[in-house]
Amino acid sequence: MTAHSFALPVIVFTTFWGLIGIAGPWFVPKGPNRGVIITVLVTTAVCCYLFWLIAILAQLNPLFGPQLKNETIWYVRFLWE
Amino acid sequence: ASFKELRGPALEPPILGEPATWMTFLISYWGEQIGQKVRKITDCFHCHVFPFEDQEEARNGVLQQLQQQSQELREVLGETERFLSQVLGRVQRLLPSWQVQIHKMKAVYLALNQCSVSATHKCLIAEAWCPTSDLPALQQALQESSSEVGVSAVVHRIPCRDMPPTLIRTNRFTASFQGIVDAYGVGRYLEVNPAPYTIITFPFLFAVMFGDVGHGLLLFLFALAMVLAEDQPAVKGAQNEIWRTFFGGRYLLLLMGLFSIYTGFIYNECFSRATTIFPSGWSVAAMANQSGWSDAFLAQHPMLTLDPNVTGVFLRPYPFGIDPIWSLATNHLSFLNSFKMKMSVILGVIHMAFGVVLGVFNHVHFGQHHRLLLEFLPQLTFLLGLFGYLVFMVVYKWLRVSAAGAAEAPSILIHFINMFLFSRSPTNRPLYRGQEVVQSTLVVLALAMVPILLLGTPLYLRWQHRRHHLPRTPSGPQLDKAGFLNSQDGNTSVNGWGSDEEKAGPPGDEEQAEFVFSEVFMHQAIHTIEFCLGCISNTASYLRLWALSLAHAQLSEVLWAMVMHVGLSMGREVGVAAAVLVPVFAAFATLTVAILLVMEGLSAFLHALRLHWVEFQNKFYSGTGYKLSPFTFAVED
Repeated sequence: MTAHSFALPVIVFTTFWGLIGIAGPWFVPKGPNRGVIITVLVTTAVCCYLFWLIAILAQLNPLFGPQLKNETIWYVRFLWE
Repeated sequence: ASFKELRGPALEPPILGEPATWMTFLISYWGEQIGQKVRKITDCFHCHVFPFEDQEEARNGVLQQLQQQSQELREVLGETERFLSQVLGRVQRLLPSWQVQIHKMKAVYLALNQCSVSATHKCLIAEAWCPTSDLPALQQALQESSSEVGVSAVVHRIPCRDMPPTLIRTNRFTASFQGIVDAYGVGRYLEVNPAPYTIITFPFLFAVMFGDVGHGLLLFLFALAMVLAEDQPAVKGAQNEIWRTFFGGRYLLLLMGLFSIYTGFIYNECFSRATTIFPSGWSVAAMANQSGWSDAFLAQHPMLTLDPNVTGVFLRPYPFGIDPIWSLATNHLSFLNSFKMKMSVILGVIHMAFGVVLGVFNHVHFGQHHRLLLEFLPQLTFLLGLFGYLVFMVVYKWLRVSAAGAAEAPSILIHFINMFLFSRSPTNRPLYRGQEVVQSTLVVLALAMVPILLLGTPLYLRWQHRRHHLPRTPSGPQLDKAGFLNSQDGNTSVNGWGSDEEKAGPPGDEEQAEFVFSEVFMHQAIHTIEFCLGCISNTASYLRLWALSLAHAQLSEVLWAMVMHVGLSMGREVGVAAAVLVPVFAAFATLTVAILLVMEGLSAFLHALRLHWVEFQNKFYSGTGYKLSPFTFAVED
């Protein structure tokens, strides 16, 4: 269950940013701005994918859990289930 | 003689509207001589003198005459004024175009003044820079103009030793990004231009420090409004300097807002509130059930911690961003600080490595292939061997150390420090088997790169210089020691092959190159020290990404808790809450815009700019060129 729940977002987002960063440049129409647009697409894909990846990897194996107030525990316990 | 002042209305002459007071006198005298003296006095004072007639009708006649005269004069003055205003009106319509013409003529003459007169050929000679791709257009323009007048203007390409100016063509979108790169320094002729990458990395690093969906959305909408209204003359022609600054950077702000929305989603902050787009990966119910958290137990313990070791508590990492449960936790800073610090280091090392790689384009383009081996490879090895390894350790720990081993989790910081000191801490578990060997190897390798960086290029250049000059000596191509010593005496001229000064010309075989080894070596030493020490300090400098994003998050949280929360939790009656919310929201909105958008925005802008200018660009960019400023009638935007 845990492995699935990690693999699915990874596949989805890798495909998404991969499409933008790797497949996108092939579809840019010819013109004076072609180079700039390709650079923009690739850089965006790299930056955004990297940022998302760092965020999910940091939470993959948490070493400690959140410390909650008892009021919070009271309502989250039933609200989020 | 006696005179009497007559009380009458003060007459104001209608000339120039200067109110002058006129006095009327009645002078009576006896005798001719006194009369002449009086006349002289009145002449002296430029008085208007009218003889006083005895008869009443004569006096009326004179009066009527005078009135007619003044009437006619008034008419004439009126006509003149009308005529004047007509002429001025006509001129006013023509004046702007005349002014433009005069400006143009003046500009042309100023440009012509810079040409030198050639007496022998009876023509003006000018040397100018022209972009190579524009040369056909230039020829065309000259041909067209000469065919009309009958004199011919010709253009020749001449070789030149000076460094040509830099011309980078931009459209209105890329102009603002090129502007921020040029503000640091215009690039040398033909060196690699960091602006295309800056289009994305600058807004991205800004957004890392500014990440909040709500604030990003406000910024994006503001920039969008400016972009959509950019062609309106009222907006374009505004003279307010602050407005012009914001307006000039509208595309920059647009991208900054867009990326801030994205990083806001990843940080899971919208006006400091987290959203649960996906269900949280932490289950409080599981923890409560398994640890026996009854209501009485909870009443006794105001603060309890979820333990990821307990089954069912931690289900999965949140698929997009930071889990929303952390915004409810009191120890959320412990988690976020660790996450953001590591994120800053990872982003920093990648950004800097990218900068070093961009230097490859420079080396290849200027034909200095030796620098690929003697500078680029050692630099990259040093950077990645030490700080790339740090990134590796961070990612490895994220992947391999789980909650089960949390109590004895290895500390990356201690490992990193021990790596440099070649020591070990017995209490710190190794991350993986063979870690000490790997770390020692990497440090030794990195240290070995330093002498290569220091001595490689100067020694190579000296060897190359000798090799080139050896065949010129009369002693022939004999590669013995005496030959080497002789060849150095006959050197004359110009460029020192400093490793930083890329000359745009071909490696001079025609030029007499003077090669001062000590100068080159000094230069390379400075460059090496700057790079190696800079690696450490620049990596630490990227921690400002963490610091500013923390400041932004905390400010935004404080604003919510102290202002909006107070208003929202005011009372249970609908009326009270609604009435209180109006001023509360006004205060919240004002403070959000003033503190969080303007102040934090400017701050994050500045720091992202500094990261680009210093930490990124000093890996490859020299910025010592000058811009091409062509003669143009167009007004600079």
